[in-house]
Order: sequence, then C-alpha cells, then structure tokens
Amino acid sequence: MSSQPAASPMSLPNYLEARPGILSWLTTTDHKRIGVLYLASMMPFFLVAASFAVMFRLELFSPGQQFLTNDQYNRLLTVHGVVMIFLFIIPGIPAVFGNFFLPIMIGAEDVSFPRINLMSWYCYVSGAVLALISVAVGPPDTGWTFYVPYSVKTHPNVLLPMAAAFILGWSSILTGLNFVATVHRLRAKAMGWFEMPLFVWSLYATGWVQIVATPVVGITLVMVLLERFLGIPIFDPARGGDPVLYQHMFWIYSHPAVYIMVLPAMGVVSEIIPTFSRKKIFGYRYIVFSSIAIAAIGSLVWGHHMFTSGMADVARIVFSFLTFFVAVPSAVKVFNWLATMYKGSVWLAPPMVWALMFILLFSIGGLTGLINASLSLDVHLHDTAWVVSHFHFTMFGGTGVIFFAALHYWWPKVFGKMYNNTIAYLAAGIFFFGFLATYLPLFFAGARGMPRRYADYLPEYEIYHKISTIGSWFLFASLLLLLGNLVYSLFKGKRAPISPWGGATLEWRTATPPPTLNFDGEPDLSRGAYEYPEQVDHD
Amino acid sequence: MINDTAAKPHDAHRGHTVHYDPVAGKIGMWLFLFTEVLLFGTLFIAFAVYLQKYHFEFREASGHLDKVMGAANTVILLTSSLTMALSIAVLERAKKRLSLLLLTITILFALAFLGIKSVEWGAKFAHDLYPKSATMLQKPVGEQVFYGLYFTMTGLHALHVIIGAGIIMIAMVLVKKERTHAERINFLQNTGLYWHLVDLVWILLFPLFYLIG
Repeated sequence: MSSQPAASPMSLPNYLEARPGILSWLTTTDHKRIGVLYLASMMPFFLVAASFAVMFRLELFSPGQQFLTNDQYNRLLTVHGVVMIFLFIIPGIPAVFGNFFLPIMIGAEDVSFPRINLMSWYCYVSGAVLALISVAVGPPDTGWTFYVPYSVKTHPNVLLPMAAAFILGWSSILTGLNFVATVHRLRAKAMGWFEMPLFVWSLYATGWVQIVATPVVGITLVMVLLERFLGIPIFDPARGGDPVLYQHMFWIYSHPAVYIMVLPAMGVVSEIIPTFSRKKIFGYRYIVFSSIAIAAIGSLVWGHHMFTSGMADVARIVFSFLTFFVAVPSAVKVFNWLATMYKGSVWLAPPMVWALMFILLFSIGGLTGLINASLSLDVHLHDTAWVVSHFHFTMFGGTGVIFFAALHYWWPKVFGKMYNNTIAYLAAGIFFFGFLATYLPLFFAGARGMPRRYADYLPEYEIYHKISTIGSWFLFASLLLLLGNLVYSLFKGKRAPISPWGGATLEWRTATPPPTLNFDGEPDLSRGAYEYPEQVDHD
Repeated sequence: MINDTAAKPHDAHRGHTVHYDPVAGKIGMWLFLFTEVLLFGTLFIAFAVYLQKYHFEFREASGHLDKVMGAANTVILLTSSLTMALSIAVLERAKKRLSLLLLTITILFALAFLGIKSVEWGAKFAHDLYPKSATMLQKPVGEQVFYGLYFTMTGLHALHVIIGAGIIMIAMVLVKKERTHAERINFLQNTGLYWHLVDLVWILLFPLFYLIG
C-alpha cells in the first residue's frame, strides 16, 4: 500500500513501550499517552450514550407508550445529551488528537505544562465518574441545558450532573490554556505562524474560545446550585429572578461551545483533504483567518437560541444578522477544501471517505442553520424535530464524522497498526445510510410541527419516526463495526509504516509509533506542512 | 520576543524533558486570570441586570451594609497588594528574609480581611438576614436578590482570599527552601498576579455593594 519502508526499529523505544505498567500510564506526563487515555476513557461513554439514543428512538417507533415511561424517556434523553456534549463531542478531537499531535506537528517534545495536562485528564475522569454516579442514583430529567426554573425545582438529582459539567469545564479550560501556551512557546524555531499545520491553527483558535467562554457557564451552573440548595434567589422568577438571564448566560458559553466542537474538526479536514489529494492546501491564509473569524463571530451569536424566549427586537435582528454572518467563514473553508481537491490526485482511502462525508453532511447542517437563523421561520421551527436534525447534522455529521475520520487517519501512527480497509469502507457506507435515514425524516416531521423532546406524538408523524428509528439501528451497527475493526487491528493488524498516506506534516516524519520525546534528534523542517514531493503509489 | 526557546535539560531519570520556561508560566497564568475575570464578570453582569431592574430596592438594601467595615477591608487589601509586590521586588534583589517577612504581613492582612468579613456576615445572620430566613422572605424581592448576590459574590471572593493566602503560604515554603529565588522567581510572580486579581475584584465589589445606597 505504500512504497515507503516499514517502520524500522529506531534507537529510541516508542512511547507505548517506553515504560511498562498501568501505574506508569496513570502518572504519565507524556502528551501522547494522555491522548490515548482520553480516547480509552471516552469511547465507553460514547457507546453508552449512543445506546441510550437507540433506546428512546425505539420508544418513538410507534405512537403511544411502548416500553418507557415518560419519566424514563426524559431521563434517557437528558443523559444522552449531557454525556454526548460534555464527555464526547466537546473534549473529543482536542483532548484525543490535539493532545497527541499538536506538539508533534510543531516539532515540540511535549506541551508547555505536562503536569497540568495530566491534571486535566483527571478532571475529565472525575467529571465522568460524577456523571456515572448521577445515572446510578437517578438520572436528571432537565435536558442537557438545565433551564431554570425547572432545574431549581425538579425532583431528580441535578447536583451531580451539574457538578460534573462544572468539573469537565475546567478540564476543557486547562487543555485550551495548555495548547495556547504551547503554540506560543514551543513551536520549532524554524516554523513561523503561517507555516503551522492548519489543525494546529484550529486548536489555537479553539483554545481561546475554551478559555474565554467556559468560565461563564461554570459560574452560571454554580448559581443554579446555590439557588437550589441554599435558596439564594438569582434566576427563579417567583423570587424576583430572571430566567431569561440564565438562558443568556448558558448560551454565552454553549453556543461558542459548538465552535469548540467543530473548529478542531475543520482543522482535521484541512489536514486530510490535501494529504489525499496530493496537493497543497488551497488558500492557507483564508482558512487560518476563517478559523479566527469563526471563533470571534461565533462568540457573539448565542441569542439565536432565544428568539422565542423574549428579547428586544433590535437584539433579535442583531443576533440573526450575526448568525448569518458566521456562516461566511465556514463556507470559505468548504470552498477551499473543494478547490484543494480540484485537479488533485484524489485517493479515496477511508479517512478521505469520512472527510468527504463530512463536507456533505456538514453543508446540510450549515444551510439548515441559516433557515433557523431567519427570525420569522425560527418562530415556526423553534423547539421542533427540525432543530434536532439540524443540530445532529452539524455536530454528529460534522464533528462526530471527523472524529471517525481522524481515528482512521491517525490510528496507524498512534498504535502502529493498519486496520482492515474493506470493513472500514463498509462501516462508512452503513453509517452514511443510517445517518440519512435517522435524521432526514426529522427535518420533515419538524417542519410539519413535530415538537422535540416529546415521548409521544400524533399518528400523522408515524412514518417519519419509523424511518428514523430503523435508521438508528443501522447507525449504531456501523459504529460497532467501525470501532470493532479498529480494536481488532490492535491485535491482528499489519504493522504500519512511517507514513501510510504520504502526509507531509511532521508526525509522518517520525517513527511509528513515535518515541517518548517525539523525534529521534531534531525534527525535519526542510519542507512545508503541505508540500508533497513524492507520489505515494497505492491501489 | 515570545519565541526565544528556553533551556531544556534532559532529565534522564524521568525519561522526560523538564524545562523551566518563565514566559510560558506567565502566559499560562494570564490565561488563567482571564478565566477568573470572566467568572466574576458573569456575576457582575447579573448584578448590572438586577441593579437596573430593582434600582430602588438595591439602594435601600445597600444602605444597610456597613460602609466602615467595607472601607477598612478595601484599605487592608490594597495594602496587602503593596506588601505582595514588595516581597517580589526584594526577592529579585536576593533579600530572602525581607521577602518572607513581607509575605507574612500579606497573609496577616488576608486574615484581617477575612476576620472583618466574618464579623459583617455574622451581623447579618444575627439580624436574621440570610437566604430564606423569615425576615428575608418578608422583604421585597429586589432586596432579596440584592442580598443573594451579596452573599454569592462576597462569598466567592472570600473563597479566593482563602485560596490566595494558601498559595502565598506555599510560596513562602518555596522561598524558604530556596526553590524559588532571584533567578527562578516565576512562582512568586504568579502568586502576586493572582493576589492582585483578588484585590482588583474587591475594588469593584466595594463600590457596587456598599456605596450605591
């Protein structure tokens, strides 16, 4: 599959074998091991939250009550949202692939604060354990947004999931802080700002959003808990509080959070597309500045979650305009990716297939977002299944798909093993079919008035829910196939060469898997991140 | 300026690179302070919203806070920022004992601040003024919100004073053991930055809560 020699035994042991024993992993400050720790701790939560979705979709197979009570349905829905948002999709790409590859891509030996990096993983695990305990003692039923006054008054335990979200927020802040400092301080001397790989740029922009936005939701959740447990009136309208203020404070973080989720994914796409097109990325600086523009404008659009909550008309018009405006830099990136492929030598290896799937699904998600952004249409679409579908096209079809693309792109480098290509293609195909079957019908149901979050529906929506539920089975099966294929490769996979895809960024110019300090000697900076001199022959 | 690479001696024992990079340390600290500013900033936004909504009630309730104690605490914290800054300046000139003395004084100021704060809170509790107390529930909702924010914001600030004092103690141990010294002063400088932030937040809290009445 590649003309390059297989990884030859280097003078340095690779990071996986450098120090043996569980304890050496739990006390490691190696950014690569921390990335692997994140991956291993994240995947079980992802699968559990996905299976919850399969369960409540099964409840929605027919109108009326099947096997879940309304209360159980609300709880499954809430836990699905909380776990997917806070434990998978926000930390996902930065914590796993950012940790592993950001230092390597800039020619550094580690991040600036390796111990804080480990601490941030422990924050993640603590938050995850709290979330688990919360599920065990009685899951919350508030939805992942914890809206007041319901979250102040509802009977189920909300302390644990909100405390979990608070701690996970600190994990996210510490990771972002580490990345920003690392990019400033540890870039190889020869690498200028505009010579960094675009994945690094996207993580840098994301780091700033994590630092600036996360504390707002952190303190807001604390205020809700103070109100609930100490009776301090802040948001409860019955005691003089303002629940709309809560919504503002929640979305000041939680809208930028979707850019925390999607910016790193866009960075990964900007690595995969040029590698598999054998062509220099088109419009490097435009992609950089669009990342920064998305981070900046995306921080100012939160009000579009609240068009129907009660806001001044001027504010609604400004938020609507800004929401349309933030679509521009996203579209700039899409055109740059397409232009990169144009007249390139496109190789449809599994990572590239996932990246192309991203462009299609994310574009659908983005364009339907413009419809939500229109004030008049949003009054009709707000809180319907349409929004659920839009959200899943951007987040699952966007960030989730790129998480899988990144898994397939970097798996050989991380673990030194090649997975089975045929099964990878098959999983991607089933995923694509299952995804469209699950979410497309929700657009139609939502536009016809199907509200979101409900455990039951009127008979005229049955056809949409039936298709969607059947789709969810394909979707879940494809996830098991995909992850099973990767895990199987750990035991039976062929040894991976140094650069199976012929990538030009620095991680493809060090051993597979890399040694503990990333490079055997000085990193080779003789060519740029997107210069592909030699053709890789493949079949 | 930001790109000069720091020395990176290899630490063979841990099989990993240990390096001292004061610039990175400072970047990290400033980024952390941004998060603190936003944490308190969110509370200040809530304060601004309710001040506008319950203008009269806020002025009424503010008049019941003890301006003398608030002013005394302002003087104490401002002076403690001075002793903190001086302790860094003298350690830069390698005057270890003087630096330790100034840090001790800073901690004493912190304790004095907390003492006055607890007397103030205690007086409010003694007058049956705490969240959900019988007297509190009879007050207009605007005043209840004022006291709610008062306890939340001064409480969170007091927590920061306690944490700050703890960090200063750690800094004292490091200075005493000469792990922090004139050539390697990053930890003490970052401690100072944190302490100044705690001071700065109080400078905003004092007029907003005590002087609008």
